[in-house]
Amino acid sequence: MLEYLPLVILISLAAGLAVLVVILGHSFGPHRPTAKKGLPYESGMTPYGPGTRRMSVRYYLVAVLFILFDIEVVFFLPWAVMFRKLGVFGLVEMLIFIGILLVGYVYAWKKGALEWE
Amino acid sequence: MSLSDLLILLPQAFLLVWASLLLLVDLFISKERKVITAILGAAGLAITLGLTSGQWGSRATGFNQMVVVDNFSVFLSGLFTLAGLVAIVIAYDNMRRTGIHKTEFYSLLLFSVAGMMLMSAAADLIIVFLALELLSIPLYILAGLAVPRAGSAEGAIKYFLLGAFASGFVLYGTALIFGATQGTSLAGIMASIQSGTAELPLLVIGAALLLVGFSFKVAAVPFHMWTPDVYQGAPSPVTGFMSIGAKAAGFAALIRVFSLAFPSLAGQFAPIFAVLAGLTMVVGNVAAVSQVSIKRMLAYSSIAHAGYILMALVPLADPSVAANSTASALTYLVVYGITTLGAWAVISAVENADGGDTSVRDLSGLARQHPWLAAAMTFFMLSFTGIPPLAGFWGKFYLFRTAIEGGYTTLAIIGLLSSLVSAWYYLRVIVMMYFRESEAGASRAPSIQIAAILLALAVLVLGLFPSGLFQLALQALANGVS
Repeated sequence: MLEYLPLVILISLAAGLAVLVVILGHSFGPHRPTAKKGLPYESGMTPYGPGTRRMSVRYYLVAVLFILFDIEVVFFLPWAVMFRKLGVFGLVEMLIFIGILLVGYVYAWKKGALEWE
Repeated sequence: MSLSDLLILLPQAFLLVWASLLLLVDLFISKERKVITAILGAAGLAITLGLTSGQWGSRATGFNQMVVVDNFSVFLSGLFTLAGLVAIVIAYDNMRRTGIHKTEFYSLLLFSVAGMMLMSAAADLIIVFLALELLSIPLYILAGLAVPRAGSAEGAIKYFLLGAFASGFVLYGTALIFGATQGTSLAGIMASIQSGTAELPLLVIGAALLLVGFSFKVAAVPFHMWTPDVYQGAPSPVTGFMSIGAKAAGFAALIRVFSLAFPSLAGQFAPIFAVLAGLTMVVGNVAAVSQVSIKRMLAYSSIAHAGYILMALVPLADPSVAANSTASALTYLVVYGITTLGAWAVISAVENADGGDTSVRDLSGLARQHPWLAAAMTFFMLSFTGIPPLAGFWGKFYLFRTAIEGGYTTLAIIGLLSSLVSAWYYLRVIVMMYFRESEAGASRAPSIQIAAILLALAVLVLGLFPSGLFQLALQALANGVS
């Protein structure tokens, strides 16, 4: 079990540092709250409307499709880097992978998942 | 990877390709001709059944010893494909009648069957996990096929959350076992235990986590809470398929992992299996008694049957009984599979067109209106109870016999007493069908009727000639598992 000691030290250092920084900032930092500072964070823009607004479920669909094709690129990159080393085997593997994705793509398209209305 | 690797997994690979193509082809089939999709789905399963049965008798490993095709995997693959075929026959009529004929059903079912087949051929914990996901994810979607029906959505969400939780257990167990033995292949784990290099406490915790994960899948008490809600909410044909498919796949993993990777731990795990089996039998059967809904009743009954089968995993430590007890588990899976598919076929036929819940009372007077369905249902209920000339009796007979041979007489007595309790709620269905006045409507589609009658015949034939199936199950273990 001794070989895990560095891991334990790392975890406790990271956790300890995080707690320490928050405590230090909280106890020594200045507190000048204004109405604007108390607003909910909305990526730097001035928030508008209620925070519990209903979201269109389409966003969810688009997000899922986005993840699907995003992951595709994630797999493409290392394959492209190692292309020469992997040779024909890698090419065939990648073609199978694209084929499976293509099935999903055609399905989503034909089912109208790409239409906004 | 080489071509010979692909040949070993040809049935699974074929089924996956077929399912993908079916998903595409279905898009171009007009709404009135969706029967073509159903037929294509059934054809894919039939071809897969042919391919997989061609592998009977041989034993081959592939993909760096990560998968193994032996009689065990072929036996169970046959069960899975047949269950899928029956489910398609039941589903086509039922889903059209209840207005949820979503044709993704067929390709999702095929994907799930492929996952189950892969599970039965897994020789590595990574493949076990992969197969678990491949068989579960389509089932989560299938359970929610009747959305916007509230029960279906509730069941699907519950099944998904608890299933994902169970997958987490399996994965964590795998990680711990990898830490303890430096490997994930079942043969490697066994070698590491035998040579004494494995870190035992870590290994035992890992194995226990695997057991928890698989217990979720086979719905063993205390990991059974999802079962009634999911079985009640999911469309009936899906439930029928799930009740045997997911359960048999879970047992395939349990048998493979616990008899191949941890044979030396079998002694330590025997009391755990014994408690699981006893609890599952008692809780399942007692809870089923008070159910009004026939779907919930069958859900609890499926829990109880998982308990009977778990009994076969108790005496694994005793080499003189291990083969017989594993074979009796396989026999019971087949017998239970036929019976439960039949019972769910009848429920699929009787179900209201709104697809809502079906109570035991809804079956009253079925014998007058639909004598064939009622007769078939009688066979299934008697087989579930374990009345002598039917298959269910022999299934239980083999299980109880091996439990007694293994020295677990108490467990066999608990099983016997709890099946006495079960007689009450199974026979109540028969009383409802034959001795109550009311008109129970049911689908007159010949496909469901024929399926139910054929399954009832199978229950009778297997009951009259039980030794053939048991011998087949023994052969299934001969070249790989035990």
